[in-house]
Amino acid sequence: MTSATLTPGAALGSQRVSENVRYYEDAVRLFVIASVFWGVVGFLAGVFIALQLAFPALNLGLEWTSFGRLRPVHTSAVIFAFGGNVLFATSLYSVQRTSRQFLFGGEGLAKFVFWNYNIFIVLAALSYVLGYTQGKEYAEPEWILDLYLTVIWVLYAIQFVGTVMTRKESHIYVANWFFMAFILTVAILHIGNNVNVPVSLTGMKSYPFVSGVQSAMVQWWYGHNAVGFFLTAGFLGIMYYFVPKRAERPVYSYRLSIVHFWTLIFLYIWAGPHHLHYTALPDWAQTLGMTFSVMLWMPSWGGMINGIMTLSGAWDKLRTDPVLRFLVTSVAFYGMSTFEGPLMSVKPVNALSHYTDWTIGHVHSGALGWVAFISFGAIYYLVPVLWKRSQLYSLRLVSYHFWTATIGIVLYITAMWVSGIMQGLMWRAYDNLGFLQYSFVETVAAMHPFYVIRALGGVLFLAGALIMVYNLWRTAKGDVRIEKPYASAPHKAAVGAA
Amino acid sequence: MAEQKKGFSHDTIERNTLLLIVLILITVSIGGLVQIVPLFTIESTIEKVDGVRPYSPLELAGQNIYYREGCYNCHSQQIRPFRDEVERYGHYSLAAESMYDHPFQWGSKRTGPDLARVGGKYSNDWQVAHLVEPRAVVPESIMPGYAWMKDRPLKYSDIQDHMKTLRIVGVPYTDEQIASAKADLEAQKNPDADTAGLMKRYPKAVVANFTGNKGVTEMDALVAYLQVLGTMVDFTKYQSPKQLQQ
Repeated sequence: MTSATLTPGAALGSQRVSENVRYYEDAVRLFVIASVFWGVVGFLAGVFIALQLAFPALNLGLEWTSFGRLRPVHTSAVIFAFGGNVLFATSLYSVQRTSRQFLFGGEGLAKFVFWNYNIFIVLAALSYVLGYTQGKEYAEPEWILDLYLTVIWVLYAIQFVGTVMTRKESHIYVANWFFMAFILTVAILHIGNNVNVPVSLTGMKSYPFVSGVQSAMVQWWYGHNAVGFFLTAGFLGIMYYFVPKRAERPVYSYRLSIVHFWTLIFLYIWAGPHHLHYTALPDWAQTLGMTFSVMLWMPSWGGMINGIMTLSGAWDKLRTDPVLRFLVTSVAFYGMSTFEGPLMSVKPVNALSHYTDWTIGHVHSGALGWVAFISFGAIYYLVPVLWKRSQLYSLRLVSYHFWTATIGIVLYITAMWVSGIMQGLMWRAYDNLGFLQYSFVETVAAMHPFYVIRALGGVLFLAGALIMVYNLWRTAKGDVRIEKPYASAPHKAAVGAA
Repeated sequence: MAEQKKGFSHDTIERNTLLLIVLILITVSIGGLVQIVPLFTIESTIEKVDGVRPYSPLELAGQNIYYREGCYNCHSQQIRPFRDEVERYGHYSLAAESMYDHPFQWGSKRTGPDLARVGGKYSNDWQVAHLVEPRAVVPESIMPGYAWMKDRPLKYSDIQDHMKTLRIVGVPYTDEQIASAKADLEAQKNPDADTAGLMKRYPKAVVANFTGNKGVTEMDALVAYLQVLGTMVDFTKYQSPKQLQQ
């Protein structure tokens, strides 16, 4: 087992080569700024549409502000704008260090990818608001924007893979396996799910080749693996670089990382049909989807164990380093979501949970708890390094952010558990004469208090993010807050940043 | 590994980028291929039923408004074979019923009720009043209002292009249907028009002046679409291929 496969930049650590090398960081800085910006935009959009569900007058009676048009703005802003920029930033930052190589294609290519990806995001959001959509969840952009994204993605792939191929390390570090699986598979999914014929070359509207049941299967093959590869494999790449770096411990198990990598990427692809239980999709496909979803629990927890156990011997740092607390809590949320997911994919459970808010709660325990938390951890790690500051403006503020956001998540997911299970039970309730007990709209009315609580959870999560913005702003300016330091080791953010 | 075994070691993959890429591509391809390809080759995937037809031009325009407004974010179009769903919404959905939906609109969330069989459940007037101000007819509703849609003229100058494109992707629109598209679209909104040709080409199409407006508006199209949903198959004649175990 080589040291390179265990600790990111370990080979550098002893020699301190990195102190003399300035890797390309201008584009990484831009990606970090964009991540923070889109995070706030995405959370704000989420809070707004959550309030729309509690108070429908907020749809404002305008075509551009109805829930149906704004919900894709929220999902795209958090997944592709926030999550995407985080993935670009972290992958392009860490691949240089783990490969001991400058970015293939140089700073120029990275900046080109940055500007075009973010222009794509703006155009996509505008197009939804104006009513241009393919009508498929998480794949709303119309054909011309799909083509644009394909070009950007290929350039990003060339830059990342090129850097790995020209590496000076003998081994490809484990984070880069995950980043590569993420980049390649997202390319396949994006192209496979967007084979459309435009009505006219000068218009936005197009029709996909597939329809009905095949369209459903292709969409959820895409949709579930947007979760599996964009929001999981990519972010596991982040975990494998930033958790060991921040904890200053090697990855817990090399063997486990191999086993869970290959099983994770193999099994995930099969899980799509669990979005289509009891539909007109043939039973054999549903059964495959369920079976593989349950099996997926194992590699998911393999990843969680590998991430959390990396803290072996460094658990005390959780007390003194709130940034590490973000990283580790995210992995714990990952473990929880990836237990809940297989549970919900079991058909009898799905019969209750499907079409209800339980699904929304599940998604957000993953999106807020896992994806956003590990992103916050990585961003808090990166900003002092990238802006060449010795430390963050305030670790106490990181801790306030952590607790505000955590309470927000707990409110959010518990409200959705209650409302989802309650609505599912109300739909199937019979009175003692054998009639359906509740009309549909009675179940809608019963949701109201939980929609208010959910929105409150979202407000707290957003408030936490604003604390982060302030903290990062002051960090970039070079300020240091006068505050009570955390007990034992006073933290220096840039220490060990290879 | 400290003790390098003879034969295969993961070490080989970690040193070879191209090998890693190829193995990733193979690993992530298998599941998708196994699940997707047979759906195109196994004939029983889509039941053979009578009555399912391509949408009339006005219904098609309405479906495009349904896509545009993101109705699928809150409404499913897929009734599961459960006692409560069948009683609430009607016969469970068949694959054949969405075979001309490019893309499908089965949805994933029921913030509002399922719409797979909403056709004919409410009057045209109810649908218009509900779309304009949902809370005027259902006080507890949380649906957005679409008052602006009621009087907005429908753009349908390119309706034939839409039908031709759909024909490329597999919807069996005939030359006759495409040629008479604009006339059919206007006729479906006009109860005084001669609709014999329209009804022959698109059986069960609902003909009405939905909004009461003079010209064809977007809401006319949307209601025409909603009113045909789930009505095409005659379930008094439909035989389920196997007794459902529920």
